[in-house]
Amino acid sequence: MNIAVCVKQVPDTETRIKLTDDHKAVNEDDINFILNPYDEFAVEEALQLKEKNDGEVTIISLGPDRVTSAIRSALAMGADKAIHIKAEQHPADPAVTAEALAAVLKEGNYDLILLGKQAIDDDHTQMASLLAEELDLPAVTVVIKLDIEGDKITAEREIDGAHEVVECSLPAIIAAQRGLNEPRYASLKGIMRAKKIQIEAKEMSLADGQLEIVEFNYPPQKSAGKIVGDSADAVPELLRLLHEEAKVI
Amino acid sequence: MKILIYAEHREGKIRKITYENITLAKQLGQPFEVLVVGSDVDHFADEMAKYGAEKVVFYKNSAFAQYSPDGYAKVIAKAVQDRGADVLLMGATSTGKDLGPRVGAILNAAMATDCTKVELDGDDLKLLRPMYAGKVHASIRLTSPVKIVTVRPNVYSAAEAPASAQTETVDAEAADFKAVVKEIISGAQGKLDVTEADIIVSGGRGMKGPENWHLIEDLAGLLGAATGASRAAVDAGWRPHDEQVGQTGKTVSPSLYIAVGISGAIQHLAGMSSSKYIVAINKDPEAPIFKVADYGIVADLFEVVPRMIEELKSKN
Repeated sequence: MNIAVCVKQVPDTETRIKLTDDHKAVNEDDINFILNPYDEFAVEEALQLKEKNDGEVTIISLGPDRVTSAIRSALAMGADKAIHIKAEQHPADPAVTAEALAAVLKEGNYDLILLGKQAIDDDHTQMASLLAEELDLPAVTVVIKLDIEGDKITAEREIDGAHEVVECSLPAIIAAQRGLNEPRYASLKGIMRAKKIQIEAKEMSLADGQLEIVEFNYPPQKSAGKIVGDSADAVPELLRLLHEEAKVI
Repeated sequence: MKILIYAEHREGKIRKITYENITLAKQLGQPFEVLVVGSDVDHFADEMAKYGAEKVVFYKNSAFAQYSPDGYAKVIAKAVQDRGADVLLMGATSTGKDLGPRVGAILNAAMATDCTKVELDGDDLKLLRPMYAGKVHASIRLTSPVKIVTVRPNVYSAAEAPASAQTETVDAEAADFKAVVKEIISGAQGKLDVTEADIIVSGGRGMKGPENWHLIEDLAGLLGAATGASRAAVDAGWRPHDEQVGQTGKTVSPSLYIAVGISGAIQHLAGMSSSKYIVAINKDPEAPIFKVADYGIVADLFEVVPRMIEELKSKN
């Protein structure tokens, strides 16, 4: 089985995001970048499928040179090959990224394309659906369970307050949600092996896109409210405040 | 600017976000129509009229009884073109997020996901969307002729505004579906999802173990709330991941968020600090959660929560 996993490098979840002085961009100094957590589930699923069916796992990522460290993390888990689509930065419009990824994916003739359900930086949650239309392939998003028998895929996806069981056939695109599997840690051997793999670099001219970020701002700061009390005896007063002041219960 | 609102429905019920989007369209003061895709859906017109929809368009085909992302995307894109809509409004729900980008790809229309503010700016839209799970807000513009906007549930509250709705039915074509839903497995009976809930009671590491979760569930039950959890509680295997609130879980904006035994790691705060009111119950006065809480009780949750349950029961 020939599998591609599209990954993104993102700031880790503990990062306090700082903006540049003009509020036009995120200040990248002091950011610890990681492999997008949802992409780890995608990589793990690809590796499990490879272990079961043989084949090859290719990691594909778009972005500036720093993203090669996220690519190495995925390789260290056990992926075989990697393609880095060079770009000065991540495009603001996910459709631009989708177009570039689709061009590379078309060349690879993959049976299965996996990715995380969302990147935790820009949170667009669009990539799997965009790729599906670009490549004219079936896609299932937010997948927590995946079964493949021959060409037939049965995937369980999470929807608000319920699950859907979706059927389609290979080749297909699957967007992984937490719960799909338990991603492995890279072994020391895996890390050493990953260092030796040549990452194929691709230069590509990217389109301009149709989503413009006018400016970034910090969310309105919530000021600390009142401490109603320091024991369970404060409960009646808390409930009164919620009922009469906040009017939410 | 003509707006088309996609009516989301599941198992015979319109999702609340649809009414919220109708209210939003009315606030924007722009002409709008509601689009319903499905098989047996005519009865939805009256419900939509209750919130002020004056025109409801049905795109019907028996094949649409089953959800298919590719199949639905095609017919929605067709409807956007047929109706001459400039803006497609959807909910930032699992369905909206699944479908929106596909419709965008078909129509070469840009999409803004999970908007928390939609404003008119001349004949353009000014949109606000949280990024990094809410650590920053981006003010954005879509420059494509057709714009797709998904709106976060609970941000605009649906307001009843009875109107009489004209209806129009189109016998829509259904292409061969590539992916199709065979079954819906409902969650625990009556279980409310955190993204749609008006009140959330959420538990964290301070709960000490899954065996104590009846406290969260009982309190939630009395308040008609959904139950949530911190990443620590989910990582420990105490709660299912679909309850997780935070940057690697769900971002929520309820009217009331009650954080029980949650210290307030930055990635959790990002996911819930846009709640209208926050209550924190934690015995550590230094816990960061108190920095965003409107009301706090610094005490042992195992004393506070049972007391809340008792007080609420005596009031009911």
